[in-house]
Amino acid sequence: MRVLKHPVLGDLLDAAKVRISVDGIQIEAREGESIQAALLASGIRISRYTDKRREPRGLFCAIGQCTDCVMVVDGTPNVRTCVTRVRDGMVIETQAPAGGDHAK
Amino acid sequence: MRSVDVAVIGAGPAGLSAAISARRQGADVLVIEQNPKPGGQLIKQIHKFFGSKEHGAGIRGIRLGESLYQEALCTGVRVWLDASVFGIFDASVLLVARGLLENKSASKYKVHAKSIVLATGASENSVSFAGWTLPGVMGAGAAQTMINVERVLPGKKTLILGSGNVGLIVGYQMLQAGADVVAVCDAQRKIGGYAVHAAKLSRAGVPFRLGFTVSRALGHAGVSAAEITKVDERWKPIPDSTEQFDVDTICIAAGLKPYAKLALMAGCRMVYSGILGGWVPAHDRCMMSSVPGVFVAGDLAGVEEASCAMEEGTLAGLGSARFAGLGEPGEIAELSHRAEKRLRELRMGRFGDHRQHAKNLIVEALSRG
Amino acid sequence: MADSANSVETLGYHTLQELGCASGFPSAVRLEQGACAVIECIQEIPCNPCETACPNNAIKIGNPITNLPVLDADRCTGCGVCIAQCPGLAIFVVDMGYSARAATVAFPHEFLPLPNAGDRVAVVDRTGAVIGDAEVLGVHNPPANDSTAVVRVLLDKRLAQHARGLARGESTLG
Repeated sequence: MRVLKHPVLGDLLDAAKVRISVDGIQIEAREGESIQAALLASGIRISRYTDKRREPRGLFCAIGQCTDCVMVVDGTPNVRTCVTRVRDGMVIETQAPAGGDHAK
Repeated sequence: MRSVDVAVIGAGPAGLSAAISARRQGADVLVIEQNPKPGGQLIKQIHKFFGSKEHGAGIRGIRLGESLYQEALCTGVRVWLDASVFGIFDASVLLVARGLLENKSASKYKVHAKSIVLATGASENSVSFAGWTLPGVMGAGAAQTMINVERVLPGKKTLILGSGNVGLIVGYQMLQAGADVVAVCDAQRKIGGYAVHAAKLSRAGVPFRLGFTVSRALGHAGVSAAEITKVDERWKPIPDSTEQFDVDTICIAAGLKPYAKLALMAGCRMVYSGILGGWVPAHDRCMMSSVPGVFVAGDLAGVEEASCAMEEGTLAGLGSARFAGLGEPGEIAELSHRAEKRLRELRMGRFGDHRQHAKNLIVEALSRG
Repeated sequence: MADSANSVETLGYHTLQELGCASGFPSAVRLEQGACAVIECIQEIPCNPCETACPNNAIKIGNPITNLPVLDADRCTGCGVCIAQCPGLAIFVVDMGYSARAATVAFPHEFLPLPNAGDRVAVVDRTGAVIGDAEVLGVHNPPANDSTAVVRVLLDKRLAQHARGLARGESTLG
């Protein structure tokens, strides 16, 4: 959910819209925001599933260090979505456990 | 290869202050910052700062960050954003990757500097408990970035673990962003942060659970509840003393530790200081580390807060300019003296005393060789 | 003054008893005379914007800046400039002389929605408990306050030493 109004930061200013797809579903994002911000704004909080136990992982450190938020972006795996900015046409996929199967 | 007099790594309050004071002594300064925005932690500190007028008291952190950045640019400091230092050699050569965050191939640069200021800040500690890997469990600083910088709520109902200033401030800011904070818990039996921060939360009806820790995060696809457990004086869980809260987020505010990877790479000697966050690069009063020409400042040199970061940055900037053979020694000495005086003021009172003492030990450790 | 932060460390709020004897707290007599600042800051931290904020030099901290603020209640006119300047949001303006039964309390407010003059609101004490209701007399949020709005409410005089904020309402985001 976006923080549209804020007592200190004021109203959220308009920004150019960017279209990205997440597991095949189109979502709208704001130019310049991180991939993780766009996902959370759409209520998506699972980034990947772990290899051994296929457990869901998501945002943890938000400064690009813990790798819990990594996803496959434009075909490249292990992209840190908390620090990487969205770009129009980006294709994002929940990162599956090694071996290819999605736990869900 | 680019050649500069002073290379500053990190564009937070310490790095920008170092850049400004070095530039004012005539140095050619390059600031290298890995984030796309300058300001370090200041970009998410939306509250008004304490300290005195010289420390920017009463001014919101975000404004301080902006004005420091503008001041740096106005003095002629060059700043590279989205630029990550991945190598540091012979206290003078840096390898930098630019453009990493755009998810394309980054371009690589070699920078030669006569002196280097490391102002790389700190990273959050974590606490593990059953279920801590579930989406929805995150650092308090991470939540703060999402609400204040990205303007997105990471969740609607949160529990905060840790009652130091970060936990208290983030709790308050989660309320300001429109989330509900169900409680602030801490294994300690005393609130760790400032009374005024705690008082703001109390007025907002947020309860404290002191002597409690989070024992479990429940949920399948993400957090749906948090279980807290009472602990004894030795932080051992007391049986049958749990309480559960319906939350979708658990924010861990368990302290920060210096982010010292580059300092280690540069060969800096480290000293352990629990009060200052863990392993800290030893430094002298001019903020020079054990490696000649490598200076440290800000949370990297010991976790304190932005006002101290700015003063240490100023000291490091002056020292790095002098090391590069620039500036006027008399003026550098006078400005350093004033910065040291302001630092002593910031480290007074019962919160500051411990830090002052810990800082003294760091400096002594270096001088003992 | 010795650092008397004890109850806040375990409760999360100061009690009126320990605040009442602090150097920033005006006497009951002074409060009956008219609006006066009430500084609820009794923990030594390096901080002094209130001293420079006051246009009447009614607040003194001096050196070192960890000194607790001392209020000169005779100099204080209750103008309230200090309310928005305190980074800790620990200053209020109370007027117990408003009328025989009513008093006003002005407090800092940094949440949305901001109330409007004329609104009937629930007020809370330092623990966050709702203790009664009040009428909003005014909401002052000039640029100089940098988003710290000051809300002034009219309420029963018996609530004036306790009411320190608005009850946290529904989230603006729904």
